[in-house]
Amino acid sequence: MTSRSSRPTRGRRLIALATAACALLLSACSRQELPQDALDPQGPIARKLDNLINPVFVIAGVIFVLVEALVVIFAIRYRRRSDDDSPVQVHGNARLELAWTIIPAAILFVVAIGTLTTIAEINREPTGPGVVRVDVIGHQWWWEYKYEAEGITTANELHIPVDRPVAINLTSKDVMHNFWPPKLAGKIYAIPGRINHMTVQADKPGTYFGQCAEFCGLSHANMRLRVIAHSAADYDKWVAANRTTPKLPEGAGNAVAGASLFRQKGCASCHAVTGYAKGEVGPDLSHLHQRQVFAGALFELNDENLRKWLRDPPGEKPGSIMPNLNLNEDEITKLIAYLDTLK
Amino acid sequence: MTDIAVPESTTAAPAHEVEEPSILRRPAQPTGVVSWLTTIDHKRIGILYAATSIVFFLAGGLEALLIRVQLARPDGSILSASAYNQIFTMHGTTMIFLVVMPLSTAFFNYLVPLQIGARDVAFPRLNAFSYWTFLLGGLFMYSSFLLGGAPNGGWFGYAPNTSVTYNPGHNIDFWIFGLQILGIASTVGAVNFVTTILNLRAPGMTLFRMPIFTWMSLVANFLLLFAMPVITVALFLLMFDRNFGSHFFDPSAGGNPVLWQHLFWLFGHPEVYILVLPAMGMVSEIIPVFSRKPLFGYRVMVLSGIAIGFMGWGVWVHHMFSVGLGPVAVSAFSLSTMFIAVPTGVKIFNWLGTMQGGSLRFTTAMLFAIGFVAMFTIGGLSGVTHAVSPHDRQQTDTYYIVAHFHYVLFGGSLFGIMGGFYYWWPKVFGRMLSERIGKWHFWTWLIGFNLAFGPMHLLGLQGMPRRIYVYPKHMGWDLWNMVSTIGAFTIAVSTLLFVFNIAWSRKRGQAVGRDPWDGRALEWSISSPPPEYNFVEIPEVHSEDDWWHRKYTEDADGRLVRLKDPDAAAVEMYGPSAADPDAHHDVHMPSPSYFPLVSSIGLPIIAYGMVYGRDAGHNYVIAALGGVILLTGLFAWAMEPSTEPGDHGDHAGHDAEPVLVGAGGPAALEAGSAGSAPVASANGGDDDGERIPRDLLRGGDAAEEEK
Repeated sequence: MTSRSSRPTRGRRLIALATAACALLLSACSRQELPQDALDPQGPIARKLDNLINPVFVIAGVIFVLVEALVVIFAIRYRRRSDDDSPVQVHGNARLELAWTIIPAAILFVVAIGTLTTIAEINREPTGPGVVRVDVIGHQWWWEYKYEAEGITTANELHIPVDRPVAINLTSKDVMHNFWPPKLAGKIYAIPGRINHMTVQADKPGTYFGQCAEFCGLSHANMRLRVIAHSAADYDKWVAANRTTPKLPEGAGNAVAGASLFRQKGCASCHAVTGYAKGEVGPDLSHLHQRQVFAGALFELNDENLRKWLRDPPGEKPGSIMPNLNLNEDEITKLIAYLDTLK
Repeated sequence: MTDIAVPESTTAAPAHEVEEPSILRRPAQPTGVVSWLTTIDHKRIGILYAATSIVFFLAGGLEALLIRVQLARPDGSILSASAYNQIFTMHGTTMIFLVVMPLSTAFFNYLVPLQIGARDVAFPRLNAFSYWTFLLGGLFMYSSFLLGGAPNGGWFGYAPNTSVTYNPGHNIDFWIFGLQILGIASTVGAVNFVTTILNLRAPGMTLFRMPIFTWMSLVANFLLLFAMPVITVALFLLMFDRNFGSHFFDPSAGGNPVLWQHLFWLFGHPEVYILVLPAMGMVSEIIPVFSRKPLFGYRVMVLSGIAIGFMGWGVWVHHMFSVGLGPVAVSAFSLSTMFIAVPTGVKIFNWLGTMQGGSLRFTTAMLFAIGFVAMFTIGGLSGVTHAVSPHDRQQTDTYYIVAHFHYVLFGGSLFGIMGGFYYWWPKVFGRMLSERIGKWHFWTWLIGFNLAFGPMHLLGLQGMPRRIYVYPKHMGWDLWNMVSTIGAFTIAVSTLLFVFNIAWSRKRGQAVGRDPWDGRALEWSISSPPPEYNFVEIPEVHSEDDWWHRKYTEDADGRLVRLKDPDAAAVEMYGPSAADPDAHHDVHMPSPSYFPLVSSIGLPIIAYGMVYGRDAGHNYVIAALGGVILLTGLFAWAMEPSTEPGDHGDHAGHDAEPVLVGAGGPAALEAGSAGSAPVASANGGDDDGERIPRDLLRGGDAAEEEK
C-alpha cells in the first residue's frame, strides 16, 4: 500500500471499492473455483462432517436472525420518545430466564448427540483387504508419503485409488504440521514422536488440493499438498511405475554427467534415488517425474521451474532446508537432464 | 502481608527513621511528571493503563494493517515470510496482552474503588508496581524489533517450533520473558483487585449489591489469579529448554510437545473469559442506564458470569480437537464447550430483556453496548460450531477461527470497552467526548469490523489456513481478502476518529457535573473528575443500584418516579459540602512512592540478562544485577511507611489519626489508613466490608467504638 502507486489514497480506495463491487457481481454470476472448499465434500469421510455441521449452521442461523431481529425491533420500538419516559421497572423474570436457559440447553443436547456419534464414527479405523495404508510424514516444508506394503516412497502428492479407504499414519520429523485435504477429510496434526490416524477417501478420480494447516515456521504458507485419486486401473499402473528401480543413464551426455554431479555436489547425501543415493533429509527422487509438482507442491514440475529452483532454493521457498549450492548454468542443465531420467 | 501488621507494634516513629533514603526523597508534588511516576492513586494509574494500552492498540492495529495489505491480493510481496511471521505474532500478543487485558485493568483500576465506595485499592503501591511492570514488559517485548527480530512463533508459541533447534534467534526469548513480566503485572493486579473487592466495600454493600461491572471484574481477576500461574509454569519450562538444555517439549529426548499445548490452553481459554467478562460487565452497566431500567435478572447475570468463569476451566481442549487426543477426551470437551454457550446465551437474552420495554437513548456508549450484543452473538454462535468437534477438524487453524475470535474479542471485548470509554469518559475527565464524532466512530467501526472479519468466515470454510504470509492465485480467495483489507482500513480510519475525539474533548468537550447520564452506580454520586480521595464520606449502601434509588422510586405500577436531582441526592449522602465542587476536604491519603517504579525497572533488566546471558556462555551477571535492583526496590518499599508521617494533616477529629502498625506499613494499610478511618468513625463499625481497616487501626476512636 505504501509503495506501488503514487495516486492519492482516497482515489485508490474508491477504485478498490469499485473493484470489489464489480467482483462481487461477477462472483454472483459465475461460481468460482474453490480448490480447498471445506463445504464441498468429495468423499464419505468429509461428507460425514458436512452432514453433521449443516443442520448446526441452520440452527445457528435461526438463532442469529432471532437475536439480531430482537435487537433491531427493540431499538426501534423502545427508543426514547421523551425525556419524561418512565418505563416499568422490570427487575427480571424467573420463568423467562429459566426458559432461555433450558431451551438452548435442549437444542445443544440434540446437537451433542449427533456430535458424539460422529466422533465415534470418524475415529473408527478402517479394516479389510481394501484398505490402503500410507505413512504420512511432515517435514519443514514438504510432505513425505511411504507406502510400506507397496514399497513406495514419494513426496507432496498423495496418490490414492477411488472408493477405497486410505488409512493414514501421521507423524512429523521436526515441528508440528497439520495434514489437511479439505474436500476429502478434516485435518489432523502431524506431531513429532507421536502417530495420529486419519482416514481419507475419494469418490471420483481427480486432483484434490490441500495444505499444512498448523504454523510450522518460516515457510508454513508454502507447505502445500495434493491428493490425486485414480481409478482402480490407473492406481495399479501408478503403483507399478513407482516400484521400479530407476535406470542409471549410460554412455555420454548431460544425463550421465548430471548423475555424477548428483553425487559430487552433495545432492545424494540428502535425497534418495533407489539404487543410487540414500539421502534421508529431502524428498525421495527415485520417480520424480511421476509427480506434477515439487518443493512442497509449490511449483509445477518442469525443466524451467527446476532450473529456477536449483539456482537458489531458499530464494524460491524461504527457509528451504536445501541450500543454495552455487551451481553454474551448465551444472544445472546436466542435473536437470539427470533428474529428467527419473520417471 | 498481615504478619507485618502486628497490632501491638510501636508508633510509626522508628519506621520514619529507617525508611528515609536520601536519594529518593519522598515526592510531594501533586502535579508534574514526577507525580505521575510516583503516583499510587488508582485513578491516575487507571488513566496510565488506558493511555498506554491505546498506544499499544495503535501499534497492534498497524501490524493488522500490514497483515491485511500483504494478504489483500494473492502472491502478496510487501512483507517477507520472516517479517510476516513476526508481525502476526506481535499482532496477537499485543492485542491480547498489551491492549485488551490492560484496557480492562484500566477500568478495574479507575472504577472498582469508585463503584464499591473505597478510597483506593487495597494495595496502592502494588498497583503502581503492576502498571510499571506492564509498561516495561510491553516495551521490553517491542524492543525486540530493534534487537534482531520480534517473536515469530505465534501468540500460542507451539512447541517444538519454539525450541532453540528450530528457532535459534532471540525472537522467542523476548516473547518468553516479555510474557513473564506481563504475567507478574497481571498476577499482582489480580491479587490487588480480588482483595479490594472482597475487603474494601462500603458498609452495606453486600456481594449481591455490588455493581455488575465490579462483579465481572471479580470473576475476571479470580480467573487471572489462577490462569497466570499456568502460563508462567509453561514459559519457565520453555525457558529451561532454551537456556539450560532441558527437554520438556523435545520429543527426540522423550519430551512431549503436546504438553505445551495443554498448559498453554489451560491458561489460554480462561484467558478468553478474562478478556471478555470485564466488557460484559461494562455492557451490563451501560444498557440499563440508557434503557432507564434495571439490569434484567441481575442475579442471574452474576451467576452466569460465575458459571462462565468456572466452566471456562473445562473447555481448553477445544483448541486441540485435531491434535489426536482420542475420542473420549474429544467427546468430553465437545460437551463442555457446547454447554458453556448456555450461560453466555442467558447473558445475551438478559441484555435483550433489559432493553425490552425500556426507554432507549442511543448515546454512543449505548450504541457500542448494543453493538456488543449484536456482534458477540455472532462470535458465540460460531463458537458453538467449533464445539461440533468432528467438523472442527475442517474449521480449526483456518480463517473461520480468526473470524470467530475477532467477533468475540473485537466485536465483544473492544466494542464493550469502547462503550465503556464513551460512558465513563465524563466521569474521568469531567468532559464529554463528542457524541457526534462518537456516532461516526461507532458506525464506521461497525461497518469496518464486519467488512474486515465477516468475510473471514467464508475464507476459512473455503480452505484458507491461518498464519500464511502468502496464497496463490487460483484459490478463489481473492475477493474476500480484498474486502477484508478494505474493512481493516475502515477500522483504522474509524480509530483515528476516536483518537481525534479524545483530542477534541480535552478543550471543547462539554463540561459535566457528577451524573451526566443519570447513572445507577456509586461513581456517579461524586464529582467529575472525582477528588483524589473519591468520597468525602464513605457512603452507606442500602440496595443494589444504590445511587439510582436515591434519585428515583417506583410507583404502584412499577413506573419510575423521580425523588431528587443528583445534586440533592449527593448532599443527602455526603453532607452540604458535596454540592460545592471547590470545597476543600482534608482527607488524608497514602503518599506517593518511587519504589514501585524502581522495583519494576529491575524486571526488564533481569529479562535482558537472561536473553543475552545465553550467548555470553551462560553468564547471567546482568540478570543478577536486575535482581538486585528489584530486591533493593522491594526492600526500600517495605521500609517506607505507606503514609509519610509528615504528610499527616490535622483532620479535626474527622479522621481518626491512622497510626500505622509495623515499620513497613504493608501496602494493605495504605488504603486502610486513608480510606477507612473516616468510614469507621462515620459509621461506627458497620460490619459488611471494611474488615481490613478495623484490624489495622490501632487506638483511635474507631477501634474503640467497635469494642
